[in-house]
Amino acid sequence: MSTPTIVGSLDDEQLPQTARRGRRRRASHHAEASTHHRGPLWTAAGYAGMVLVVLVIAVPLFWILLTSFKERGDIYVRPAQWWPDPVTGQNYRELTTRIPFFDYVRNSVIITSATSVAKIVLGVISAYALSLLRFPGRSVVFLVVIAALMVPNQITVISNYALVAQLGWRNTFQGIIIPLAGVAFGTFLMRNQFLSLPGEIIEAARLDGAGPMKLLWRVVMPMSWPTLVAFALITVVNEWNEYLWPFLMSDDESTAPLPVGLTFLQNNDGVTNWGPVMAGTVLAMLPILVLFLFLQRQMIKGLTAGAVKS
Amino acid sequence: MATVYFDEATRRFSKDDVPAVDGITLDIADGEFLVLVGPSGCGKSTTLRMLAGLEPVDGGRILVDGHDQKGVRPRDRDIAMVFQSYALYPNMSAAQNMAFALDNAKVSKAETKQRVAEAAKILELEPLLDRKPGQMSGGQRQRVAMGRAIVRNPKVFCMDEPLSNLDAKLRVSTRSQIAGLQRRLGITTVYVTHDQVEAMTMGHRVAVLRDGKLQQVDTPERLYDHPVNTFVAAFIGSPAITLVESGVREGVARVHGVPVPLDRAVAGRAGEKVVVGLRPESWHVVETPAGGSRDGSDPSALALTVELVESLGSESFVYGRPVGADEGADRVTVRLDKRTHLTVGDTVHVEPNHGEVHLFDAASGERIEA
Repeated sequence: MSTPTIVGSLDDEQLPQTARRGRRRRASHHAEASTHHRGPLWTAAGYAGMVLVVLVIAVPLFWILLTSFKERGDIYVRPAQWWPDPVTGQNYRELTTRIPFFDYVRNSVIITSATSVAKIVLGVISAYALSLLRFPGRSVVFLVVIAALMVPNQITVISNYALVAQLGWRNTFQGIIIPLAGVAFGTFLMRNQFLSLPGEIIEAARLDGAGPMKLLWRVVMPMSWPTLVAFALITVVNEWNEYLWPFLMSDDESTAPLPVGLTFLQNNDGVTNWGPVMAGTVLAMLPILVLFLFLQRQMIKGLTAGAVKS
Repeated sequence: MATVYFDEATRRFSKDDVPAVDGITLDIADGEFLVLVGPSGCGKSTTLRMLAGLEPVDGGRILVDGHDQKGVRPRDRDIAMVFQSYALYPNMSAAQNMAFALDNAKVSKAETKQRVAEAAKILELEPLLDRKPGQMSGGQRQRVAMGRAIVRNPKVFCMDEPLSNLDAKLRVSTRSQIAGLQRRLGITTVYVTHDQVEAMTMGHRVAVLRDGKLQQVDTPERLYDHPVNTFVAAFIGSPAITLVESGVREGVARVHGVPVPLDRAVAGRAGEKVVVGLRPESWHVVETPAGGSRDGSDPSALALTVELVESLGSESFVYGRPVGADEGADRVTVRLDKRTHLTVGDTVHVEPNHGEVHLFDAASGERIEA
């Protein structure tokens, strides 16, 4: 196994987690409503299902956390050691001394924030134009955006690489950020959100003399926070975990983000020294975890506010 | 304040489709309260939205104060609209909802505050100013929507069924409040409703629409007393007018065999067949009918078998089927005062009041007038 797969699995895990939380919330509503109709057996089955899902997600994460505190020799012990003995911080020390760890963190922050801001702004503005402004060719533009959604990233990588390399943008931030800033998904998501808003409120705002930007900021956006927060969360998590493109674009700590940095670490040491890699993975997860917990609360707040309103 | 003039205004949703609004010409005076009424799908809301600039005008023109509104954006028309759903901004408080338009128009903070306070006072919204729409009842939201329109002091108010989401009692009280407010502010108002009671009680004039075509524009009284065709006659008035097709012979029409003498002038214009219209109050009950089929002459009174009685306390409406008429025959509606009590199955004899008979051409449905 190489680091890319670890990072990849992190990528895969974080995303459905967002969705899964929502689903679980809905599922629990269902459970509350349906316990009156169904027997305790069904309730037990529901809990068993939840426990299973939690185990599937949590055990690998727990294993990563444990391994990051183990000594090198203990990692491969059989039968598996479920508690590090002795507990050591050595892996974290190695991680921060053997590679310029904080440079990678800095790069990750720069790339994630710039790309996320670009994606969110572009997504909202283009969705607004495609849903609430009338101009010739609107549906054609939207079709093109949808078509872009259907093309997997991996397919455009080669041509993008050729273009960016030709521009001399390898090992630069713009080389990483600009090709990532395209936003078919956000445009699609936000457009559908805007179209779901009651048309009469938009018309009322137009009659009340609101110009296009005012309409967007004072009327449309305040009614769309929950969707925007979800979109922002997905975007930030995605960008933080972005691996393939930055890996192709950067050769060293001047621009490489954390996931790529962890690959460098692994390449330096060969495949046996998992301790520092696990420590790096734990640290790479932390900021997203904190952000997720914080934004999720906002998202729930927004959702309930909308539900109570009408 | 302004005059509004619809000049052959037409709206087609698709090129080869029947127009939703078909060449409407309508002159609305400054300060007038005009009600657009008609069954659903008649184009009344579309007409209103064309005036507000929310729908394009595909043919003809709409003038506000003599200026063609073609190409004028909704926000530049100075028209305020009250929507059926109220369309309040859910994220803003009542005060912010009302201030939004003034804010957009760059009215100073102090004046905005003053105008919002004034509107709140008129509409008794003062205790609610800091509440958001989600925390208000339907009636309160409706008043905020009104407030949002009146703070602007616009040229024209457009109201699209603003009362239809209120309960019956609140609707009646709000009805008179809106009418009173409009008289007081003197702002030209176009009001859309499907409820003919609202139309009759609120408007200076009422415009009746059907299938996108204007049928009649008149004062409520004229509309009731002189409907131009059977559609208007049937639409205005509750319970509805009784319309009976009849032949005309020697200046006399017959309603289920009962002769209805016509004015000579009217009779001259009538063709072979007419439709006779009689409103519920245009009948009187006769105790002992004169004449009768026994001696071969025409009965002067119509015998009805009572099928339904709607008692409203002060009066009651009786729906009866003419005796001897087949099952398919239309029922006749008669208004009775509270002293007359009838129950289902009774037979009652009624005669049309002289001079209260509406006559329409059977083929075209147009009113036949002297």
